[in-house]
Amino acid sequence: MASAFLQVSALARRYPAADSGDGALTVFERVHFGVQAGEFVCLLGHSGCGKSTILRILAGLERASEGVVSMEGSEVSAPSLERGVIFQDHSLLPWRSALRNVTFAVRSRWRDWPPERVLEHSRKYLELVGLCGTEHRRPAQLSGGMRQRVGIARAFATRPKLLLMDEPFGALDALTRGTIQDELVRIWEQSRQTVFMITHDVDEAILLADKILLMTNGPRARIAEIVAVELPRPRERTGMLRDPAYYAIRNHLVEFLFERSRTLNACAPADYDPERPPLVHPGREGGAANARYAARP
Amino acid sequence: MSGASRSRADERRPRSASLRATLLSLAILVVLLGVWEFGTSGASGARVHLPGPSRIALHAARELAHPFYDNGPNDKGVGIQLAYSIARVLTGYALAALLAIPIGFVLGMSPLWQRALGPFIQVLKPISPLAWMPLALYTIRDSTLSSIFVIFICSIWPMLINTAFGVASVRRDFLDVARTHELSRWETALHVILPAAAPTIVTGMRISIGISWLVIVAAEMLVGGTGIGYSVWNEWNNLNLDGVIFSILMIGVVGVVFDQLLARALRAVEYVD
Repeated sequence: MASAFLQVSALARRYPAADSGDGALTVFERVHFGVQAGEFVCLLGHSGCGKSTILRILAGLERASEGVVSMEGSEVSAPSLERGVIFQDHSLLPWRSALRNVTFAVRSRWRDWPPERVLEHSRKYLELVGLCGTEHRRPAQLSGGMRQRVGIARAFATRPKLLLMDEPFGALDALTRGTIQDELVRIWEQSRQTVFMITHDVDEAILLADKILLMTNGPRARIAEIVAVELPRPRERTGMLRDPAYYAIRNHLVEFLFERSRTLNACAPADYDPERPPLVHPGREGGAANARYAARP
Repeated sequence: MSGASRSRADERRPRSASLRATLLSLAILVVLLGVWEFGTSGASGARVHLPGPSRIALHAARELAHPFYDNGPNDKGVGIQLAYSIARVLTGYALAALLAIPIGFVLGMSPLWQRALGPFIQVLKPISPLAWMPLALYTIRDSTLSSIFVIFICSIWPMLINTAFGVASVRRDFLDVARTHELSRWETALHVILPAAAPTIVTGMRISIGISWLVIVAAEMLVGGTGIGYSVWNEWNNLNLDGVIFSILMIGVVGVVFDQLLARALRAVEYVD
């Protein structure tokens, strides 16, 4: 695991004690995981456990208090076009049309491309997310779902080595969210991009991820365990429901979110090492039962 | 069917509202002119005899027929006088914009500079621009340049403060987008901060042009020679009240034109967040 595509080691974010006497705060610590090239990894946890901060550190937008993030062996210290980000609230530039938001990214990525090529490439990705005919509208004239689609097109169009998504569908209604998740699956199947995504939606994580990192509640949040999702691909929302493994995984995740995420910090088993979180396979026969806190295979 | 007719009614409503507003404006105008005409006709028995609107209209027709005549220093067409004033305002205003917008940018991007320059701005801003006039006349020794300087000093503050505020309040998300796309500082300023802050900056420019136009009249009354402000004072010295009132109206018209030009610029850079 030491030579994963993306390696996160002993990451922590601490706020020193304030002069007013407030105690020091450790949001998360000893966060340790790796992402292999081509993998889709979701980070699942309650709000307040520092998920977004971890993503911002991976993007290079913030520095960690401790620990190292390295991608392909070199340390992440600043933002880079090799790491595309899809922000939670789409972050489109409101004075630019949908198309111009994508060309903005494409032109930054390939600075020597002629304008026609930039335009053609950008249009292709807008088509991919089904935004033909609305490309000249500004974000304010698009629905929430369409805006997030532009955000997805903008990120995929730059073909980053790693795609970081911060709850990209969190602000959408359930139906729109479902549609765009399906589109994301379809686009991702074509590119097999390495993705690190933050979510608090259990079904979203199962639909998309190869691995799900479970985070305990803050403060002093840690990675509790890594859940392998071995459902066959391409996955499909309704077809998935007929797979018994789906329910095993889903129950495992829900049980974690509503019970163990709270208690784990206080009463972790003796062999629990946050820097080597156990890998569990609740989808396998008998996997959930013997998986708890089992030592790494 | 009912939906279609309702939406048509909705479309019609704003137009009829603006039509009614126009009709009301015209009615108010007629009443004002009527009261003015009656009050100045002598029938009212007033002791002060101002010229009535009909006289002003005749005067205006005569002036506007030949706006650019020039019969020496004390008798120039209103077009020439306005052109002098507009040229001074635009020169001082352009110089102020060239200085205020870049400095405002730096202030907005750097809390250090904002703090360092803040006290100077606080002290200089409330000074009436005309208070600078003696110093300007003494050092520059030219009345036209001095009035341009006064315009410069009065229009710099709204542009400086609005630019700094607009730049400082650009959303962090936009800056994150710039950073994740590896934009240089210069590119970030040009492609992200400038368009994001443009509505605030142009609003500052709109306030500045309004103040400049207010100040130029007073400045020209002080320094004399040419310009619409001097013209008002000169007509007063000649006891030509027709000319005074006509000049006042022209000052208003030019002020509206300036304001509308910047309102249009503002619409061009505005965006809905």
